[in-house]
Amino acid sequence: MKLLEPGTALDGFIIEECIHSGGMAHIYQVRYADGSAGPGFPMAMKIPRMTAGDGAENIVSFEVESQIMQVLTGNHVPRFVAVGDLSRVPYLVMEYVNGRTLQHWLDAEMEPSVGEIIHLGVAMAHAVHALHQQNTVHLDLKPANVLIREDGRAVLLDFGLSSHAHYPDLLAEQLRKAVGSPAWIAPEQVVGVRGDPRSDIFAIGVMLYQLCTGELPFGEPQTAAGMRQRLWMDPTPPRKLKPDLPPWLQEVVLRCLEPEAALRYPSGAHLAFDLANPEHIRVTERGNKVTGTKFRVHFKRWIKAAGMHYQPSPLPSQQIDEVPIVMVAVPHNDVTDATLYSLRQAVARSLGTRPGARLACVTVISPSQTSASEESKSESTVHRRYLTSLRQWAQPLDQPGQQTSFHVLESGDVAEALLDYARGNNVSVIVMGAATHGLKTQRFIATVPIKVAMDAPCTIILVKQSVPFQHLGGLSSSSSASGEYSDSASDRDAPF
Amino acid sequence: MRLALMSDIHGNIQALDACLSHARAQKVQRFAFLGDLVGYGANPVEVVERIMLMTEEGATVIQGNHDEMAVKPPANIQHLGSSTADWTHRQLSESQRAWLGALPLSVQLDNILLVHASADGPELWRYIYDERAATASLDASAKWPGVRYVFGGHVHEQSLYYRGSTLGLMKFTPQPGVAVPVPTHRQWLSTVGSVGQPRDGKPEAMYALLDTDRWQLTFHRVAYDHSAAAWAIRAAGLPEFFAERLEKGR
Repeated sequence: MKLLEPGTALDGFIIEECIHSGGMAHIYQVRYADGSAGPGFPMAMKIPRMTAGDGAENIVSFEVESQIMQVLTGNHVPRFVAVGDLSRVPYLVMEYVNGRTLQHWLDAEMEPSVGEIIHLGVAMAHAVHALHQQNTVHLDLKPANVLIREDGRAVLLDFGLSSHAHYPDLLAEQLRKAVGSPAWIAPEQVVGVRGDPRSDIFAIGVMLYQLCTGELPFGEPQTAAGMRQRLWMDPTPPRKLKPDLPPWLQEVVLRCLEPEAALRYPSGAHLAFDLANPEHIRVTERGNKVTGTKFRVHFKRWIKAAGMHYQPSPLPSQQIDEVPIVMVAVPHNDVTDATLYSLRQAVARSLGTRPGARLACVTVISPSQTSASEESKSESTVHRRYLTSLRQWAQPLDQPGQQTSFHVLESGDVAEALLDYARGNNVSVIVMGAATHGLKTQRFIATVPIKVAMDAPCTIILVKQSVPFQHLGGLSSSSSASGEYSDSASDRDAPF
Repeated sequence: MRLALMSDIHGNIQALDACLSHARAQKVQRFAFLGDLVGYGANPVEVVERIMLMTEEGATVIQGNHDEMAVKPPANIQHLGSSTADWTHRQLSESQRAWLGALPLSVQLDNILLVHASADGPELWRYIYDERAATASLDASAKWPGVRYVFGGHVHEQSLYYRGSTLGLMKFTPQPGVAVPVPTHRQWLSTVGSVGQPRDGKPEAMYALLDTDRWQLTFHRVAYDHSAAAWAIRAAGLPEFFAERLEKGR
């Protein structure tokens, strides 16, 4: 459809300014024609060009976007308002989100700081995680489709090439052709696989690479053979282009860009976690290298890639559910050894069936425990002491390949601190003590575990200490001397 | 309009009743039964009675291969499928057999074609297990002007065939309970599954619900008392295999 003049009425909407004129569609700001207040946010209308000269793919991708936008929720996608009849007046009305796309961001500031890269990466990773939880894979992530809100959150745009696992994939082809934008498309998409959430992780990797180096890791290939390169080729290490880049950041970027999906981050939540906690990243040769991969290695992989085929992926939400982030709240005083033991057993059970899961051990201390003036109570000294206790506690859980991290949070409100942490990191399971002895009073007073359980954004496992332990008195008294873990008869009010 | 599509009831009154009450709770206004009302199951009389009554209120019924067999049982049993035909024949009354025998092989409701097996020769009872067979059926539906949707049963699995961006049909396995958009500008073919004899490892009864105001198709799975249905098969002295099958959904 040709450009519409401001003031034109369309199906109950009044067209205002044209805010984007792309190859596939025009986007206008709109308001309701009857003067009613609207949904409480500004609205944008997308109208596909769909003239005789435009390809069928344009129409199909508009149909796909209309279907998917109607069922997506959350603040990482524009809210849906209305859709026009595809055969009569095709249009899509959605929330107009204020912010700048990552493309604007890249154009404006060529060298973002490491802090800014972290921030943008975490925002993107959280956004795709929210999408994958809704069984949708974006499949066309690129700087023009990632909008950064003023509050720093990322909003994903343009679901025209996306795949929703519960709907027939209208864009799937029997002949398995690549669908997507050549610079950001994942290797499995090149061979026609649509629906693996880790394809979006790859696209974030390309964007992080751009933010780090100002360049595209695989250029902008124009041919099918050019796109197939990423099935076997490692990009130039970012640190070769920008030597002052920290190795851990290169580790993260190159892990996102692994040709084999199974070697990438298994979910957006895992990627966000690493970016937010760089000190916990195990830097390997991947992060340290500053020279490109040798021809011989590439040649071998090229041979292997020639016969590469991919298995269809299971549901995105199921796939990311299988690699949860497990958080355990470890109390640091007024707690029995039996409770600590039971807690550890529960964590081992939660992790045991889920290879690839990651464990975050968290303890909350009161801000009054640290002091800026006293050396022995300085923040770093106090934190180090608690971190050591956490490590000791978690030591028996250590497994090869298991990713474990330790966090000391300072807060006066223990429950709120734990909840904030869980929400902020897309934690899938919280394990904490149920404070067995306080059950009678818990009917009247909400204790920390009850508060957390009521507001938890995920599954919570409340651990009761196993009964036989009470008869093993010797064990609990032996550790009371450690100071941190006192042998209290009740851990009802255990401050975490 | 909300149209319930139920097929392959196979004399399982427990499953049929569970699906009917599930559909009524979904505010279904119209029912279509896509054949194989009888065969295998122990309650053909009750099933036929129930559905005959519903036709008086506007329900649509078409004939399946097992209905045909129950009317005219094969002289010698050739395979497992026909082994209960003679028993079923003896249970049904003369008028019930006449009613079953007179059922049409296909019915067109506006832009919807109902056929038990394939529109490509309904009387040949061709199975639609893959894209090739689905294409033949959908292509043959052009004989019925204006048809955009072909619904059938016969294969005891729930699937939806659609055209992707290329011309060929693609098979989609639906998620139970999710409303799938099936807009009229495309052509669709679906096998709605089996009410009375699921074979995908889950014992829950299957049916589908089409909403023609929104053009959305929802595939449902309904739990029912399959032990009672299996017990009835044993009590009737029918082969144990058919009882076990209901308990396992295989």
